[in-house]
Amino acid sequence: MKIAIASGKGGTGKTTLSTNLASFIAESRECVLSDLDVEEPNSGLFIKAELIHEEDKFKMIPEWEKSKCELCGNCQAVCNFNAVLKMGKMIMVFPELCHGCYACSELCPTDSLPMKQKKMGELKFYKKGNLNFIESKLIIGEEQAVPLIKQTIDYVDEKFGEDVIKIFDSPPGTSCPVIEATKDADFVILVTEPTPFGLHDLKLAVETVKQMEKPFGVVINRHGIGNDGVEMYCREDNIDIIARIPNDRLIAEIYSRGELLYSTIPSVKEAVKSISNYVDKFNSQKKRETK
Amino acid sequence: MKEIVVISGKGGTGKTSITASLAYIGGEDLIIADCDVDAADMHLLMDPDFGKAEDFFSGELSLIDQDACIKCGKCQDVCRYDAIPIIDSQYIVDPLGCEGCGYCARVCPTDAITNSQPNVGKCFVSNIRTGSTMVHARLSIGADNSGKLVAKVKKDAKAIAEEQKKIAVLVDGSPGVGCPVVSSLSGASFVILVTEPTVSGLHDLRRVYELVKKFGIKAGCIINKADLNKEVSDDIKIFLKEEDIVLLSEIPYNVKFTEAMTNGKTIVEYDKELGNIISESWEKIKAIEGL
Ligand code: SF4
Ligand code: SF4
Ligand code: SF4
Ligand code: SF4
Repeated sequence: MKIAIASGKGGTGKTTLSTNLASFIAESRECVLSDLDVEEPNSGLFIKAELIHEEDKFKMIPEWEKSKCELCGNCQAVCNFNAVLKMGKMIMVFPELCHGCYACSELCPTDSLPMKQKKMGELKFYKKGNLNFIESKLIIGEEQAVPLIKQTIDYVDEKFGEDVIKIFDSPPGTSCPVIEATKDADFVILVTEPTPFGLHDLKLAVETVKQMEKPFGVVINRHGIGNDGVEMYCREDNIDIIARIPNDRLIAEIYSRGELLYSTIPSVKEAVKSISNYVDKFNSQKKRETK
Repeated sequence: MKEIVVISGKGGTGKTSITASLAYIGGEDLIIADCDVDAADMHLLMDPDFGKAEDFFSGELSLIDQDACIKCGKCQDVCRYDAIPIIDSQYIVDPLGCEGCGYCARVCPTDAITNSQPNVGKCFVSNIRTGSTMVHARLSIGADNSGKLVAKVKKDAKAIAEEQKKIAVLVDGSPGVGCPVVSSLSGASFVILVTEPTVSGLHDLRRVYELVKKFGIKAGCIINKADLNKEVSDDIKIFLKEEDIVLLSEIPYNVKFTEAMTNGKTIVEYDKELGNIISESWEKIKAIEGL
């Protein structure tokens, strides 16, 4: 069972929800939380667990080998991203522009552009009891998040079986990275705030998950501020509101210290409990359907 | 002509509310560019007339002509992004997965694959209620190339500012540390970092500042919700001192901040006390930048 936690915009409480939900579920069974917001992973600030494994993550980029190159210029011609250039008697590769498509490498008549590994980020695996936490971080200056997101999901899939609950903290937005992070999910939870900004971004997020044909529900964070625009929108469009987390300065303060909320704030515990129940119900229904 | 970019690393710090307030204070002197193209929200506070709209095309997308396809499977073999699944015994390009590398078209024996430039968004030039002009955009769902759209929004805003002899372009920057924010920052004369005293706020501030440093841009910082956590607030100030970043102002935690947005107003219009703090920041920036 894979659950992606997403939002149209950052800062709506996505990380708060993921970390509290995962920790709550892990009290009773095995659970994996994976932070796919590789540009700015934050979940790790809230999960205090033991580091049990780390590895570098690489992307493949071509490297020019001068000796056999005939300077035919084919590599430059086939690269759609202007990442290979022929300059005089040199072939230059610009790693940060390369999307790793292999075209230049495999179409080079003299095999002069073998693909080599280049580090793009780091993956870390932490464990505490039933809670497994996996986080990847992109190197600053590295522009493409998608390959690292993909490798992180692959790592999680490899390490954990179907029946383990997997929670993916997705990057914000509606572009490539969030599509990559949610496309394998069985269910998507959209976190929003009951404000005009929140509503606007929620609508974009809903459009995105609908396009991917994913079942989804909404969690309203900072319930009590703003207006009832989000509630009305969800009612009109028949979208389930799974839980509401109240607006509370105390929550903001605890969050600011990098601490989990559900053990001290009853309303947050209620919220994660109802989300967990909702997800279980969804899961058993799905199992019945596939049978 | 100066270019002032507001960024925050991650959402939820009040970046857009603050940018909108600065836009309101600066009035006709500024051209506004909303480069948070993934979750553009400035328009909710600026009342734009969407006067001029333009489609934005970028990248490439492959399409297979089923009449010409002999189902050899070569395209699927070379596609590194698993973007050519077989659906109903036809090879089909998945538009959400396709990176537009063009490799498949180069190996297809029957030239059945064509590339087209997809429409990845819309770019608008609007008159706004501050009496000025705003350039803003909307990225299509799942689109790549948000960096390119950001670059276009900035370029258009700059051209208008130069033509109308304005003192500066004010940019609501993109989140994260990847391609769009790199585009937002390139060419900037001053960066306003909006942060909050939470462990994640500080974490993201450090990360995004690494990028700002690479560009060598002078920076100032606004700490929002400054009284939420004194300890972290102090840590932020130490960091600012170390990095020679100007502390522009500290805004206290205040529900009026969200109330203003809910009423479609900027903070300076809605609350005098909070408004004054932002006005002071603007005076400081003007003094530093000689505006
Ligand atoms: S395609 Fe190969 S042989 Fe031709 S210029 Fe490029 S590297 Fe050299
Ligand atoms: S691997 Fe693809 S993207 Fe990278 S340089 Fe070669 S052709 Fe360009
Ligand atoms: S253009 Fe590249 S990514 Fe798109 S389908 Fe063809 S090979 Fe795959
Ligand atoms: S390579 Fe061309 S002919 Fe072969 S399956 Fe793909 S589209 Fe069809």
